[in-house]
Amino acid sequence: MSDPRVDTRPDARSDARLSVFKTYKLYVGGKFPRSESGRVYEVSDAKDKWLANAPLSSRKDARDAVVAARKAFGGWAGATAYNRGQILYRVAEMLEGRREQFVREVADAEGLSKPKATAQVDAAIDRWVWYAGWTDKIAQVVGGGNPVAGPYFNLSSPEPTGVVVVLAPQESSFLGLVSVLAPVIATGNTAIVVASEKSPLPALSLGEVLATSDVPGGVVNILSGRTAEITPSLAAHQDVNAIDLAGADEVLAKELEIAAADNLKRVLRPQTVDSAQWFATPGTERMTAFLETKTVWHPTGSLGASGSSY
Amino acid sequence: MPTTASTALPLKDVTASDSTLRRYLHGLPGVDAVGLEARAASLGTRSIKTTAKAYAIDLAISMVDLTTLEGADTPGKVRALGAKAVRPDPTDRTAPATAAVCVYPDMVAVAKEAVAGSAVKVASVATAFPAGRAALGVKLADVRDAVAAGADEIDMVIDRGAFLAGNYLKVYEEIVAVKEACGASARLKVIFETGELSTYDNIRRASWLGMIAGADFIKTSTGKVAVNATPANTLLMLEAVRDFRAQTGVQVGVKPAGGIRTTKDAVKFLVVVNETVGEDWLDNHWFRFGASSLLNDLLMQRQKLATGRYSGPDYVTVD
Amino acid sequence: MASVFEYAPAPESRAVVDIAPSYGLFIDGEFVEAAEGRVFKTVSPSTEEVLSEVAQAGEADVERAVKAARKAFEKWSALPGAERAKYLFRIARIIQERSRELAVLETLDNGKPIKETRDADLPLVAAHFFYYAGWADKLDHAGYGTNPRPLGVAGQVIPWNFPLLMLAWKIAPALATGNTVVLKPAETTPLSALFFADICRQAGLPKGVVNILPGYGDTGAALVAHPDVNKVAFTGSTAVGKEIARTVAGTRKKLTLELGGKGANIVFDDAPIDQAVEGIVTGIFFNQGQVCCAGSRLLVQESVQDELLDSLKRRLSTLRLGDPLDKNTDIGAINSAEQLARITSLVEAGEAEGAERWSPACELPSSGYWFAPTLFTNVTQAHTIARDEIFGPVLSVLTFRTPDEAVAKANNTQYGLSAGIWTEKGSRILAVANKLRAGVVWSNTFNKFDPTSPFGGYKESGFGREGGRHGLEAYLDV
Repeated sequence: MSDPRVDTRPDARSDARLSVFKTYKLYVGGKFPRSESGRVYEVSDAKDKWLANAPLSSRKDARDAVVAARKAFGGWAGATAYNRGQILYRVAEMLEGRREQFVREVADAEGLSKPKATAQVDAAIDRWVWYAGWTDKIAQVVGGGNPVAGPYFNLSSPEPTGVVVVLAPQESSFLGLVSVLAPVIATGNTAIVVASEKSPLPALSLGEVLATSDVPGGVVNILSGRTAEITPSLAAHQDVNAIDLAGADEVLAKELEIAAADNLKRVLRPQTVDSAQWFATPGTERMTAFLETKTVWHPTGSLGASGSSY
Repeated sequence: MPTTASTALPLKDVTASDSTLRRYLHGLPGVDAVGLEARAASLGTRSIKTTAKAYAIDLAISMVDLTTLEGADTPGKVRALGAKAVRPDPTDRTAPATAAVCVYPDMVAVAKEAVAGSAVKVASVATAFPAGRAALGVKLADVRDAVAAGADEIDMVIDRGAFLAGNYLKVYEEIVAVKEACGASARLKVIFETGELSTYDNIRRASWLGMIAGADFIKTSTGKVAVNATPANTLLMLEAVRDFRAQTGVQVGVKPAGGIRTTKDAVKFLVVVNETVGEDWLDNHWFRFGASSLLNDLLMQRQKLATGRYSGPDYVTVD
Repeated sequence: MASVFEYAPAPESRAVVDIAPSYGLFIDGEFVEAAEGRVFKTVSPSTEEVLSEVAQAGEADVERAVKAARKAFEKWSALPGAERAKYLFRIARIIQERSRELAVLETLDNGKPIKETRDADLPLVAAHFFYYAGWADKLDHAGYGTNPRPLGVAGQVIPWNFPLLMLAWKIAPALATGNTVVLKPAETTPLSALFFADICRQAGLPKGVVNILPGYGDTGAALVAHPDVNKVAFTGSTAVGKEIARTVAGTRKKLTLELGGKGANIVFDDAPIDQAVEGIVTGIFFNQGQVCCAGSRLLVQESVQDELLDSLKRRLSTLRLGDPLDKNTDIGAINSAEQLARITSLVEAGEAEGAERWSPACELPSSGYWFAPTLFTNVTQAHTIARDEIFGPVLSVLTFRTPDEAVAKANNTQYGLSAGIWTEKGSRILAVANKLRAGVVWSNTFNKFDPTSPFGGYKESGFGREGGRHGLEAYLDV
């Protein structure tokens, strides 16, 4: 989409053509609303140069996102694992087509050189592919038949927990974000993502990709703003089932974990991850953190009372 | 061709008591939902010849019970509907009339007048349609009122509450009473409201219950709930009338109603009829569509076949 | 009047597929002629029209192909799993994109109805590649230890009944685990494998990772006997499977076999009858019954036999046999004259042994290889048609009185691939399934396939599983 010879960043206005700015918006329920608060905050690059104004989400925006995520949950959890895999792979395909844009946004957001930003974006695209492949395998890895001592068929299967709030990592604005979001939705949960406060633009642009990748509206909802302002009400929300605290500092993490205890949300505590570690191949733990195990019993009985033998 | 028995009810012995009736209905073969829906969907992929399509469209038009069941119905609205039923396409006299118009009881007289001199029947919903929540006496009065006003057909609703509570005999007796109130002149369509019965096993049981009680037609829905006629529930009811005729010799009609809006939908239903019960039911004496907007789509497709051009809503009448 | 209600011949357009007048072998990323210059013709079984002339691989070609695969193995197996995954995802996507073309091609070359190639074969082919693509970088999680290793060069021989699907079942797990392959498609259906070669090129797959060698039984025999092949996978007849088992005896070659079957479809008196009828039809008439897991023996409880057979006969009368490219066609052509002769002789044996033969009124086209849907009643366990795999649209009906008897009869065969159970009672399903000696048991459904679900037989139906997590084992050094 962008001509690599022309720097289209807002500050590159010396070219012949005056560029068109993009208004960054939230992504909630498949739509792109401005914040209900009507407020924005300034987002700058690593050198403190203004990049854009991002929506400053309010608690009302957060509540709307929960409603949207809950509404989408039944359909997404009920979709076949194969279908979810196809959709996650489609996200990778669509991102590949907008690779240049994300490289630019990540470079700006994190103050990275172009090659370094490219490595981040490529790894993020491949991460979608990794999780696309997990949708129809996780049940085979963590579920299975149990040989109970009795005439019963007994099968354990994983099921998604429900609506998951994800505090995206503050530093890794895109690779970190994808690494925490994709495993949540791969298994059928729906998500409310609170983007990196300082660098929300790649996350908000990801919303545009998700909207055109067959991801049903409401499966992923993306909010930008003050993490400490938005998240307490989400952590306390009774219709949220789990929370990933990846982007919370120690103090906030404790506060949110206490709030989450009210309805016993599943909590994934923040782990110290430096930006290099996001490149490592993930395991299954970010999926299993947001899975329930359901075990079904059914009698098998015997063939008949006759006792005849052939 | 076997016809409806008007006097002796088949399988009378199973209605001796609530428990014999329950045992009979619960002894019917179960329905596997996945298999039923897969079969219905596979029939939906059949495509029919252009010449057969012309036939199918005219057949479908002739099977429409053109319906208006609104609180806002007026004599003017019903007269317009009657005119449309008699001559669906004012620009083309070869277009067949619909089977019937379907109205509330207080509009029967108006409807009768509007279709006078034609073969179009007047059907009336009765028995406290659509909920059916009224005392039996009220329901019967509703029926008698419609019949007295000249209704040729009565579309009754069963007591879904009683059915779901397992009071099958109550449902049965009510149908028998309504049938009696219809007298010799009016044919009785029994509406199950399949969307409220919820399971395919229930729909099969209701189908047999209705037929045992003397229904001339079994009908899916009122059109007033979220899920109305579907290819799967219609397929299931066609299997029921097929098996009932094989067992008793009595042929019963089927009427899917609600949610059938396009020619493509209607043709799919006709394919289901053709493959499940065959030609004996491909006639408006035995199969109907309860619909309102379907007719205009059929007419537009009919015009398309005649002229080779796609028609538009401005070329069919809005009533 | 009502007879006017006829289905249109609704032929799928042949124009979507462009078949070349001749094809070479696909070795090391190139189409090449056979060393000995031999070719054979592939015909459309519904018309006997010659579709193309195909190079016939001999021993020298096997040598070249195995060498190419061996050379490619080093780099391919050393690629990060995530990179192999991306190649396989590409292949899956290209198959999805070209699925209509491939469906028409498969219907032309095999004779099966377009309804099946379009709605079953092709979606399953793409799904299979999609599924195993995802495993390529997750082998550590598959339960075969950390960093399980590939075997090397896989020699694969596939049958003609599901040409492209069998290719997918073989190639997808082999490539995902890091092996390279030499595959021999059946002599009557080589085309879709050759189109697949083109898909590998479109996907940029490294040369030599996939090699395709069309040919007859001798080509397959040379391939499985080649000393530099590390893994042999075969789907086909039990007789050939035994030959292969003897061939690889004493070597270090890993072997999986997916062979014949004589599946029992057991209908209890409390079955959902209308759906059971559909399941019986699907069980034996899907792909003209040329399915190793076909439900070719119907075991029906005596108390519902009459009712069930009436329904079944009525349903069979609505089956539409004819032009496989017609979207309304249910029953297509038999794959070859040879197969038709085999079906015919077994059916004659059934009649000679006193079973009662029935077919619906059904006009067979004048050219091509056709066999009407056929049902035998009064069949006992002693009849040839109750024991031998017919591999055609022929159903043998037997009865039973109790569940024990049903299980005993179902298991009374040298095969053990598939079985069906029809009853509304859950515990009966599970109790009967427990006792059946068969690799796949379908309850209240039949002939369902999914890439996540392992498939394979007991007894003389072969060993090893294809599909699912289990399908990886056949291609790993574990």
